[in-house]
Amino acid sequence: MSVGPVLSLRDVSVSVPGRGARGARALAVDRVSVDIAAGEVLGIVGESGAGKSLLASAVTGLLPPRAGLSGGEVWIAGARVDHLPEARLRRLRGRVVGTVFQDPLGALNPLMTIGAQLAETIAVHLPLSRSAARQRAAEALAEVGIPAPADRLGCYPHELSGGMRQRVGIALALCAAPALLIADEPTTALDVSVQAQILALLKRLCRDRGMAVMLITHDMGVIAETADRIAVLYAGRLVETGPVRDVLDTPCHPYTDGLVAAVPRIDGRPGRLAQIPGAMPPPGARPAGCAFHPRCALARDRCRKDPAPEVAAAGGRAACWFPCRSLPARTDP
Amino acid sequence: MRAHLIRRVLQSGLVLLVVGFVAFSMFRFVGDPVDNMLGPERTQADIARLRTDLGLDRPIPVQYARYLAQAVQGNLGVSYRLGRPVADILAERAPATLELAAVSGLLALVGGVALGVLTAIRRGGIATGVLMTLSLVGVSLPTFLIGIGLIYVFAICLGWLPSFGRGDTVQIGGWTTGLLTASGRRALILPALTLGLYQMTLIMRLVRSQMLEVLSHDHIRFARARGLPEWRVLFRHALQNALVPVITVAGLQLGSIIAFAIVTETVFQWPGLGLMFINAIRFVDIPVMAAYLMLISAMFVAINLLVDLLYLFIDPRLRPAQQRSGG
Repeated sequence: MSVGPVLSLRDVSVSVPGRGARGARALAVDRVSVDIAAGEVLGIVGESGAGKSLLASAVTGLLPPRAGLSGGEVWIAGARVDHLPEARLRRLRGRVVGTVFQDPLGALNPLMTIGAQLAETIAVHLPLSRSAARQRAAEALAEVGIPAPADRLGCYPHELSGGMRQRVGIALALCAAPALLIADEPTTALDVSVQAQILALLKRLCRDRGMAVMLITHDMGVIAETADRIAVLYAGRLVETGPVRDVLDTPCHPYTDGLVAAVPRIDGRPGRLAQIPGAMPPPGARPAGCAFHPRCALARDRCRKDPAPEVAAAGGRAACWFPCRSLPARTDP
Repeated sequence: MRAHLIRRVLQSGLVLLVVGFVAFSMFRFVGDPVDNMLGPERTQADIARLRTDLGLDRPIPVQYARYLAQAVQGNLGVSYRLGRPVADILAERAPATLELAAVSGLLALVGGVALGVLTAIRRGGIATGVLMTLSLVGVSLPTFLIGIGLIYVFAICLGWLPSFGRGDTVQIGGWTTGLLTASGRRALILPALTLGLYQMTLIMRLVRSQMLEVLSHDHIRFARARGLPEWRVLFRHALQNALVPVITVAGLQLGSIIAFAIVTETVFQWPGLGLMFINAIRFVDIPVMAAYLMLISAMFVAINLLVDLLYLFIDPRLRPAQQRSGG
């Protein structure tokens, strides 16, 4: 494996049809750049509609029908992949980039046994005989912590519990040992106790295999528990990125600050939860200047006029005119 | 599993009984067979004697019970018009209808699924637009109009195909088949098209909508994300799931193909069960009518039963649970 990052997104933009019949196309993801190194978990957080899933889909070119990559570069293991033809992209999927989805029941074909789904995936990627593929399928289930894996091969998805299904989903994503795993809200549909197991499993696989993991979630708790670095998306833009401890302890962007403050704490005193007022604007209806300014308590004239600049922040970068940490020194130009 | 099977078979038997009774109750409105059977020189005594001989003076439930008791022993009665055992007439007529229905059913199923998949995959294409418009015509035109139209174009204007009859047939055991002779096959084309067109367009539209629905599911996205080739995603994962509801409709359609054959057989003078039934009605030939209706309802019920069992085979979620795992 090369020394550089496994995944490198450079100013990636994704456009979607604007609202109305002949609306102009709008950017749902706007010039986002992130890197993920081998053995590292990058957590991507943001509200629904912030562009997290579109960004993840853009990596392997599996964007929804009307969305399209409208700019930027995608590099995987040192090779640029964003304008590869569909046939070449398909060979990356599953083999170099594995994907885990949110709803493990919906993601599995209900009419096929999990053994058959594993075997067909293995057969596509690895030159194995039928019996060897079946053997490999059982091993893949064992690796994700499923007891009695050989017996489970004959099960249909509906015969397994939610946590088991998500383990199967992970086994399917990993059966060709990809260098990068994209986990799109992998625990959102699961019980809290099962969530922790799945997150621990992802983290272990990431460490053991030296795999890069892109973990998409809207749950700051999941990020705090699992990620090494964090990237916060707001309205399609990357507003803050950095090592997870630094960002959570000293958030620089007011939006990150709001997200961290909005997490309910068991040990905290009961009281009103901190809220971020207002709602995120949809693509195509984003205000001029910094997209967050209508909801930002600290917004000034400058924020309403000019797009926010990137500034150095707690171990990473933030896109803000007046990052929280420089509060005392803030002066309106 | 076995209990389910037994229950379904019993239900089917009950449905058959009820259908038969309703059919029997309606025969009294069709006319009086005795009028047709005796000449104009009849006396009141003749009529009364014949009614007693045929059992027509008994109440309907009694007539029905007697009919069933005989039918169970394989005796379907004697045709009033032809004076021959009804079972023989049915055996003679059935091959023509079954061949016609099988060919149209196959045409409808293969054509419908293929076109449905095609129009679902090439969603915005020109061919899709044309096919969808044509399918609307196919769904809304009555069968006899399609038949007459086909006869006009291919038999009268172009003169390519015969407009009536079954062509030459070959006897194999008790089965007469038109499939083994050139003229028999040529004669089959227009009736089969007429009979199958409606079902084909129906299945096509259903397959298309099901495919579009399934293609938007997460497990299709996941199959693509796993790197499966597109043909496998479409035909293994999408089509298999799309076909589950199609099976019910296709099963019912197969039943109605046999039933609707009446119209097509009349238009093409096809010597099958449907034509036999129409002639029987004209003569109030109750044993033939009763046998036909019982046969058709038996086929419907059998096909439904088969579809139910096929469901269990295809969709594991409907099978009784065997094992569950925690975690």
